[in-house]
Amino acid sequence: MSSREKTNTTRRGPGFGGHRGMMRGGEKPKDFKKTMKRLIEYLSPYKKSVIVVIIFAIVSTVFTILGPRILGNITNQIADDYVNIVVYEQIVDNLPQGITLPKGTTGDDILKMVPPEMISEVPQNRLDKIKNVDFSQKPHIQFDVIGKTILLLIGLYLVSGLFSYLQGWIMSGVTQKISYDLRKKILNKIHRLPLKYFDNQTHGEVLSRITNDVDTVGQTLNQGMTQMITSVITILGILVMMLSINWLLTLVAVVVLPISFVFISFIVKKSQKLFKRQQDTLADINGYVEEIYAGHNIVKAFNGEKRALKKFNSINEDLHDSAWKSQFLSGLLFPIMDIVGNVAYVAIAVLGGWLAINNKLMIGDIQAFIQYMRQFTQPITQVANITNVLQSTAAAAERIFEFLEEQEEVEDIKNPVVLEAVKGDVEFDNVKFGYEPDQVVIKDFSVKVKAGQQIAIVGPTGAGKTTLVNLLMRFYDVDSGVIKIDGIDIRDMKREDIRKMFGMVLQDTWLFNGTIKENIDYGNPNKSESEIIQATKNAHVDYFIHSLPEGYDTIINEEADNISQGEKQLLTIARAMLDNPPMLILDEATSSVDTRTEILIQKAMEKLMKGRTTFVIAHRLSTIKRADLILVIDKGDIVEKGKHDELLKKNGFYASLYNSQFKES
Amino acid sequence: MLKLLKYLKPYILLILLLLGLTYAQVMASLALPDYMAKIVNEGIVNQDQALIWRTGLTMILVTLGGALATVIAGYLSAKIGTGFSKNLRKVVFKKVESFSTEEFNNFSTASLITRSTNDIQQVQMVVIILFRMVLSAPIMGIGAVIKANNMAPSMTWIMGVAVVVLLTMIIVLFVVAVPKFKLVQELIDKLNLVTRQNLTGLKVIKAFNTEDYEKDKFDNVNKDLTKINLFVHRIMVIMQPTMMLVFNLTTIAIIWIGAHRINVGELQIGDMMAFMQYAMQVIISFLMISIIFILLPRASVSAQRISEVLEASLHILDPKKPKKAMGQGQVVFKNVTFSYPDADVPVLYNISFTAKPGETTAIIGGTGSGKSTIVNLIPRFFDVTSGEVLIDGVNVKDIKKKDLRRRIGYIPQKGVLFSGTIKSNIKYGKPTATEHEVLEAARVAQATEFISKLENGYDSHVAQGGSNFSGGQKQRLAIARAILLNPDIYIFDDSFSALDFETDYKLREELKTITKNSTVIIVAQRIGTMLHADKIVVLDNGRIVGVGKHKELLKNCEIYREIANSQLSEKELEYE
Repeated sequence: MSSREKTNTTRRGPGFGGHRGMMRGGEKPKDFKKTMKRLIEYLSPYKKSVIVVIIFAIVSTVFTILGPRILGNITNQIADDYVNIVVYEQIVDNLPQGITLPKGTTGDDILKMVPPEMISEVPQNRLDKIKNVDFSQKPHIQFDVIGKTILLLIGLYLVSGLFSYLQGWIMSGVTQKISYDLRKKILNKIHRLPLKYFDNQTHGEVLSRITNDVDTVGQTLNQGMTQMITSVITILGILVMMLSINWLLTLVAVVVLPISFVFISFIVKKSQKLFKRQQDTLADINGYVEEIYAGHNIVKAFNGEKRALKKFNSINEDLHDSAWKSQFLSGLLFPIMDIVGNVAYVAIAVLGGWLAINNKLMIGDIQAFIQYMRQFTQPITQVANITNVLQSTAAAAERIFEFLEEQEEVEDIKNPVVLEAVKGDVEFDNVKFGYEPDQVVIKDFSVKVKAGQQIAIVGPTGAGKTTLVNLLMRFYDVDSGVIKIDGIDIRDMKREDIRKMFGMVLQDTWLFNGTIKENIDYGNPNKSESEIIQATKNAHVDYFIHSLPEGYDTIINEEADNISQGEKQLLTIARAMLDNPPMLILDEATSSVDTRTEILIQKAMEKLMKGRTTFVIAHRLSTIKRADLILVIDKGDIVEKGKHDELLKKNGFYASLYNSQFKES
Repeated sequence: MLKLLKYLKPYILLILLLLGLTYAQVMASLALPDYMAKIVNEGIVNQDQALIWRTGLTMILVTLGGALATVIAGYLSAKIGTGFSKNLRKVVFKKVESFSTEEFNNFSTASLITRSTNDIQQVQMVVIILFRMVLSAPIMGIGAVIKANNMAPSMTWIMGVAVVVLLTMIIVLFVVAVPKFKLVQELIDKLNLVTRQNLTGLKVIKAFNTEDYEKDKFDNVNKDLTKINLFVHRIMVIMQPTMMLVFNLTTIAIIWIGAHRINVGELQIGDMMAFMQYAMQVIISFLMISIIFILLPRASVSAQRISEVLEASLHILDPKKPKKAMGQGQVVFKNVTFSYPDADVPVLYNISFTAKPGETTAIIGGTGSGKSTIVNLIPRFFDVTSGEVLIDGVNVKDIKKKDLRRRIGYIPQKGVLFSGTIKSNIKYGKPTATEHEVLEAARVAQATEFISKLENGYDSHVAQGGSNFSGGQKQRLAIARAILLNPDIYIFDDSFSALDFETDYKLREELKTITKNSTVIIVAQRIGTMLHADKIVVLDNGRIVGVGKHKELLKNCEIYREIANSQLSEKELEYE
């Protein structure tokens, strides 16, 4: 059981989650809007932080987007100066030997000396350049201009990085607080729910809310929100930047991207199906392995190894088939984006080159454009994916909220009766009860128990013996009728007070990960050492505890399997002894306890019962025979009640149950 | 991890092909900046339009070629990765199936399941990532360095600095964060544990009114988890901005230094732009390579666990010269001592007794007295440490396991069923059984009644592990399964515990006729089950403390009397 639960909670490792989330395809919430609204309500106490986060995110993104453009301008500057250098060198190199240009000679002056037919061969834009060049000295790249721009750029990048970090820092604080809060709320809720709720819920489901679901919500809050903001701003910003560079290139970029979108959505859709199939087959093979391993001895004893292997191989082939297909398809996602990106790159290089020649674009602009192009795809896939993420987050959040909204236990009444000294008279008066409205488990049950009596509840398994106990402890409330303790309706008392009156020793022993001492003084942490020792002595478990290396400080491990079932039972008896309640509820252990421990348990139980009103779910005849009243239950009904001898004489259900044990075989 | 590599052997040719394709793909994407440089240097600067179009066409062809290589490489890596894990899964399963109970128990069922499923998935994931991304990274990295170096050898150092800075940052982050990741996982486990204990102990907690105590306990773990999570998250948010900063500063450095080179005529503008792109490719490649060091430790833990299974040596083997045991199935234990490997104290000491055909031999004792161990030695789930177990005079170690087990009808304490139908379960030991045999076995096992109530009768579906049947029903089907074999030796390992008294009685009545000529060995807790056995063997702490019939033992076996007294009252002992 426990190992199953462990493997179910997926282990999340560090970073590099990759694109798998997108492939899986999330579950869908029932009411997306309502859930999102509630989730946003959770953010409202952190309004100020969230606003700061948003502002920081915007600033940081805008600064980042400006980068390539400024960088492009620098390149333009370099390119300009470079062309001047080239022109200068071409002309100066072609001057006849010995001639030097006087100071202040410009390109204009030189062009005047050149025959017009030569000029007509030079393109116009080149001529414009030449006109402005000062040929008296060799031109050079203007490092002072570039240097200033670079300093500005470094400043921008630093600020952008800092803001981005601060934004993340604040947001993790907010989300961790919210996660903490949600987990706390869920646990508190567990204790406020009626036990009935857990009849239809596995522990795994509740556990996965407190870990997996809270985790999913936290992750999205942490990254999803800022990611969405930065993605949208990046897309818009880049578009603006691109348009400011050149509309034709932008058109190319905007046309190419939808193509990659078509591919991506096709792949995502296809591979979601395949992943589902792979997941299902994986579940099949895991299930099969589990089954065969669990039945290892049987497979061996009945020579079933070959057949097991054959079936395993056929599932394994199925798995392989869906696995390679889904791996292949999902693996195509990045390459395809790359390919489309490369096609766009080529288009921009070629088109940009053509534009540059025609003097409509500068080299640095091409460079900036290529950089923008590279940055464009990521935010777009993120935005495309955000619906998926939001959907699965909303589904997780919805599960949490639904759980938090479950109907809670009826509250205790305002002015409860408090019994000063409990005698232990118990009365069931026309009690009717069913776990489900249409299934009556107990109908019209009446019995009076005097203080100090012992009541045995007998019947086949599943007959509903524990129901009576559940009603008595007010884990459930009766549908009609009354249960009275010392003449007072238990619904007029506080639940806490009722439960204080009873000690419980259940067959399903509950010990927790902690020391033996902590487990014994559980609920009574103020008892003294000597009282504890007295209790363990009475429970005949003192000797056993002393035989442990750490004695009372021995730690019971997580699975509580470092001590035997019988010893556990004795420890819970000691726990009840220490509690010293006026009344008792016992569930006798049936099997899996070795005979000697069983004798000890029996002795301890007898000591515990002395002088207390006791309800025993009985399996052992010795207990039953000594009981003051036997309640025989079958199929949810009390079929017989009375003392052992009376019931035997009656020769009814009880008698046949009793006799069947001793038939010859 | 390395040990598992041999399972990649069948794919060696495909892997070579994959390598070639990866190389082609990398070369294609590396060529692009080169061509772009050409467009800038020769096309734009020299105003040559034809050259631009020509180069553009080449670029498209290169891109498409690269794309083709990428797709095929993706296909190959998916095929190899999943094929590898398929084979591995098969080998592991086969190995586990060949385990005896001893080897099996060394690992525990839960751990073996994870090793055969999750661990293999982990390894598969890493292998695929390795092929798909990491394989190309070194080629890409080295290729880009060479290309960049050819263009501007004087600027190569910038890439070096950027890579070192980035890797240092990653290493520092992970050195700080990885131990905390483990801590986070531990705390999540702890949170789970506390919650689970709250859920399982709900009644006790309510009964002792300790809700607040439990809430505090939970809150402490919750606070710890929040604190450490916050720390880890805040460390990890450093990563993204710093990475961006390194990228951007690298670009700036290239421009600044590149401008100086251009000024003195050592570099062309297009080359500088290409250099920038190569630098990015180099940095990304190194990031990819660093992923290996994050993935590998995780995968190697899984790989290690898988290797352990594959390398486990088998102890219970078939004899080299098998003998045939002929007879009616007499079982003799001769001075048998057994201890689990690595245990100091034997579980069984010097056990000797004979179970004869046509008789019922019962074994009784407290938990841990070794009674189940005794019966596990007969079908060789375990082998004796010393002494002999003989069937019809032949040591079980000298009989082929298959032949040995064919003669034994083994019924475990928990009725283990397999998914399929009721019929397939009853026929499990003998798939060729006729309809009549199935019905007869079910009748004897008292299973007819509940089967007939099912909608599909004998063809009713049995869920995994038989979870859609009650304990008693499973036990009866398990008994039917053994009866159908018509074995010489029946072993009932506490197999009546989930039956109600009525069914228990009827079943034993029916079994009497069926097992008339067989050797029947019963392990039981309830004394009622064995009152009429021909021979009762009483065990205490691994030793035989009494052998005889019920009445004899009551007289002369202290332990037996103790057990009997605890279960039956004086009167009932007489009543019997």
